[in-house]
Amino acid sequence: MIPFTYKRAGAIEEAIGAPGRFIAGGTNLVDLMKYGVENPVHLIDINRLPLSAIESLPDGSLRIGALARNSDMANHPVLKQNYPVLAEAILAGASPQLRNLATAGGNLMQRTRCYYFYDKGFSQCNKRAPGTGCAARDGYNRIHAILGASEHCIATHPSDMAVAMAALEAVVNVQGPQGKRRIAFADFHRLPGSTPQFDTNLHPGELITSIDLPPVVGPTRAHYLKVRDRRSYAFALVSVAAMLRIDNGTIADARLALGGVAHKPWRVPGAEHFLTGKQPGEAAYKEAANLLLAGAHTYSHNAFKVEMAKRAVVRALTVAESRS
Amino acid sequence: MQKDLPFTEVTRRDFVGSVVGVAALLPEAALAESKQSPVTLKINNQIHTLNIEPGVTLLDALREYLQMTGTKKGCDHGQCGACTVLIDGRRVNSCLTFAIMHEGEEITTIEGLANGDQLHPMQAAFLQHDGFQCGYCTPGQICSAVGLLNEGHQNLSDDEIRELMSGNICRCGAYPNIVTAVKSVYRQRGPA
Repeated sequence: MIPFTYKRAGAIEEAIGAPGRFIAGGTNLVDLMKYGVENPVHLIDINRLPLSAIESLPDGSLRIGALARNSDMANHPVLKQNYPVLAEAILAGASPQLRNLATAGGNLMQRTRCYYFYDKGFSQCNKRAPGTGCAARDGYNRIHAILGASEHCIATHPSDMAVAMAALEAVVNVQGPQGKRRIAFADFHRLPGSTPQFDTNLHPGELITSIDLPPVVGPTRAHYLKVRDRRSYAFALVSVAAMLRIDNGTIADARLALGGVAHKPWRVPGAEHFLTGKQPGEAAYKEAANLLLAGAHTYSHNAFKVEMAKRAVVRALTVAESRS
Repeated sequence: MQKDLPFTEVTRRDFVGSVVGVAALLPEAALAESKQSPVTLKINNQIHTLNIEPGVTLLDALREYLQMTGTKKGCDHGQCGACTVLIDGRRVNSCLTFAIMHEGEEITTIEGLANGDQLHPMQAAFLQHDGFQCGYCTPGQICSAVGLLNEGHQNLSDDEIRELMSGNICRCGAYPNIVTAVKSVYRQRGPA
């Protein structure tokens, strides 16, 4: 780890005005610093900022402070009641110890677990060292992207929480030197394109202050399904956040987001619109899965993910349907 | 391609979150001096002031600076749980957090669980049910299990205990007895 200075921010304005990297839970950043993958020279500890609350807003949305711990979110009564797909997703990620440190904002800033990014022994990684190439493309790419990748990077975003937030169409509130703005969840993370070193569309110095979950419209059946190499404490090979609203035996609204398959949570509006007005059931779910996976491109070791994702979508929707 | 990146891009990277490679691009003089500073920690109800650099993890502060070696270093990357301690009653991986971030908080390690000669019920249960073989993961397992008790879970099944203890790896495979030990205390006490 290279030497760095440490500053504890006492106010939001103090944090966003200072040069350096923000540290919250640190569960990913500290790890990457130990590996020398991240080398901040100034660290700004934001843990004492008043951003931990989870509160209902007058319009019925739920505001999650950027510093709310993953475990506090998963245990929050309103969140559990109104957004069960998010509680399920959070509890599917990491371990209890990590969820006690990890924050909502930090979860969104998590970096890929691509082996070639994480291990400096590999010289090629456009995300870690732009312009060096992508070792994963012709390497062991079993965990890598099948959607939205580029010739420059085939890494996936590792978060479970973000997949559920994408399905819920959350809004990320940020504050920076230029003021405050609200970022639609779909626009928060980005595809790698030719600049995979950028995971998000945040501007320099911007700090996530909170995440808003929109008001719940009618009873929703939901399920977060995570498929992984072991039953607990592992990253997703494929995950699905599925939400269904069923009125009089017909699907009134559907949401689907995939994790583990792309540089950001993957949604295809056409796949969701297709389900609207259909009878719930395997036939419709299979077609929605096909639409969601359209354009999938596989590499030498990850072709299995396409069929796995399709089956996971059908299963997640089937389980969601069975809930009330 | 790296050479062609305008400097503004490098700066933006620094801010945005992929700081990778920045140190190599900055002139030497721009590198921060890492300075030792006094860090005051409350551990097992005792105040300790250490003169340490900000990059010292809580785990290393305990083991290397305070000689409190009950907390173990396994993977040092948050994957094994051997370093589990309690902060304000909540279990965390002490290897993935810097000591300086925890001033003013109540840190409890395996050394702080017993009451004098009276073992904590979880310690006693691990002995009674033989919840270990080599013992290296045990302090982390026990701190994690105490943290689990504090979380107020209702009516846990064996499977749920396994899931809630999945952040602690036991290389010897003592899991059946670990689950039995955790269950015995959980059943006695119920959710806290």
